[in-house]
Amino acid sequence: MLNDWLFIGVFLLLAPVFPALGLLIPRLIAPRKPNPLKMQTYECGIETVGDSWVQFRVQYYIFALVFLIFDVETVFLYPWAVTFDQLPLFAVLEGVLFIIILVVGLVYAWRKGALEWI
Amino acid sequence: MGDPVIFIANWLRDLLTGWGLAQGFVTLIMTVLGVVLMATVALVLDIFLVWVERKVVARFQDRIGPNRLGPFGLIQPLADVIKLLIKEDITPIGADRIVYNLAPIMALGTVLALWAVLPISATLYGTNINVGVLYIVAIGAISTLGIIMAGWSSNNKYALLGAFRTVAQMVSYEVPMVISLLVPVILARSMGLKDIVDSQIVWFIVMAPLAGLIFLVSNIAELGRAPFDLTEAESEIVAGYHIEYTGMKFGLFYAGELLHALTIGAIFSTLFLGGWRGFGASAFPIIGVFWFFLKAFFMYWVIMWIKYTFPRIRIDQMLNLNWKFLTPLALSVLVVTAILDKVLPRENLLVYTLGMLLANVLIVGITLQLLRSGARAERKRVGEQRPVAVPPEQPARIAQTTTTTPQSPSGVTH
Repeated sequence: MLNDWLFIGVFLLLAPVFPALGLLIPRLIAPRKPNPLKMQTYECGIETVGDSWVQFRVQYYIFALVFLIFDVETVFLYPWAVTFDQLPLFAVLEGVLFIIILVVGLVYAWRKGALEWI
Repeated sequence: MGDPVIFIANWLRDLLTGWGLAQGFVTLIMTVLGVVLMATVALVLDIFLVWVERKVVARFQDRIGPNRLGPFGLIQPLADVIKLLIKEDITPIGADRIVYNLAPIMALGTVLALWAVLPISATLYGTNINVGVLYIVAIGAISTLGIIMAGWSSNNKYALLGAFRTVAQMVSYEVPMVISLLVPVILARSMGLKDIVDSQIVWFIVMAPLAGLIFLVSNIAELGRAPFDLTEAESEIVAGYHIEYTGMKFGLFYAGELLHALTIGAIFSTLFLGGWRGFGASAFPIIGVFWFFLKAFFMYWVIMWIKYTFPRIRIDQMLNLNWKFLTPLALSVLVVTAILDKVLPRENLLVYTLGMLLANVLIVGITLQLLRSGARAERKRVGEQRPVAVPPEQPARIAQTTTTTPQSPSGVTH
């Protein structure tokens, strides 16, 4: 059990090392001659005006909220699915009831127009 | 045993223990070796994938593809890698340097980390943690973060737009993906990927074809490939999040996307196509490796097939497809699977499988009927004349000008 998580831990530690090595090699062998003209931000045919780090539209925020509700509620369903053998039909129907409440939430968001892209 | 890799591993473990190393230290060394071996295999495959991708695309577009370097152009990806390595690396002036450099590492590193839980054969797997499915979902979400980091830190408007679209798209498609993943978990009674493969005496694609389809579609969206490549739509936002990346940093994004596609193929084949299961795989586990990669590459080919067949969809269509089609469909498939699993006799595999398949066919029929009426309503809505950009007072003004124009020349003459 612990060895399983050791593997995951070592993998997560080592996984970024391989791409980082890929970035290190060009640093050694690739030419580096930066100049201001070369390092300009790309834009279609004109020089960049202003900063790009602006406030973004609230629409994205609403989608993130709906996602959050659904994702958290589905995570609750995973233990239910894993212990399916021990569950009587009644408990399964209770899980189904939970999903129906989720569906009602979806219908509510739909009717409210939260799922429209404006 | 019939598995040379396990044989070598056991031999090495005995050797290290024979040198008098502590048991925990030996375990650590073996783990690190296993991780390095697995990651190296994935990365070497990744370089090979460049060739596969270019060759298959060429065939889809009725071309030959790379054929100059080596037999069938097999050395071409190596030349590409060398070219990327010796290219000058340009960082734009306004970029947030730390996040900018971290983003490509995240993009490839997280995809690599997915390979930790994939069972390549009956005996050959990184680890069989009991929350393997959740691990895949979690790590997949982190790869989204790499794209957002790239778009934000580039300080480029196109890149930022690409990152915004990524947030809306990936965050949305995570919902049907997570719900459809519940179906194989219910069928296998476990979240460990090895257990899921072990319980697939009949492939889960037969019992849950709809869940497989939803999983595939939402994963293609997570991947950001056509028809869901709004995040890097060339004709709209040039290249999206990786617009400012050059040389090897771009190469890492590219490699990450290709490896992610193959990894999704591998995950799909593990969950729905029986993973390493195939002819002779239970007797000789090493044959399972062949079956696993055959299925993974077949699914990779399907993903490519979809990519080069469908045009890009609009952003509102993308969100509608997810929230108003895939999510309700996934929820209904989940409910039907959960109830039928309790009703049908699990001991009688034939009845169980046929029942599940029949239920799926029924859901497909109802869905198609609903889609037809939905499309009819949508055609009516779009076909209606809408009062766009025509202010209500405009006809009056036109009337006014027509009445005044004959008078004005007369006014000039007076």
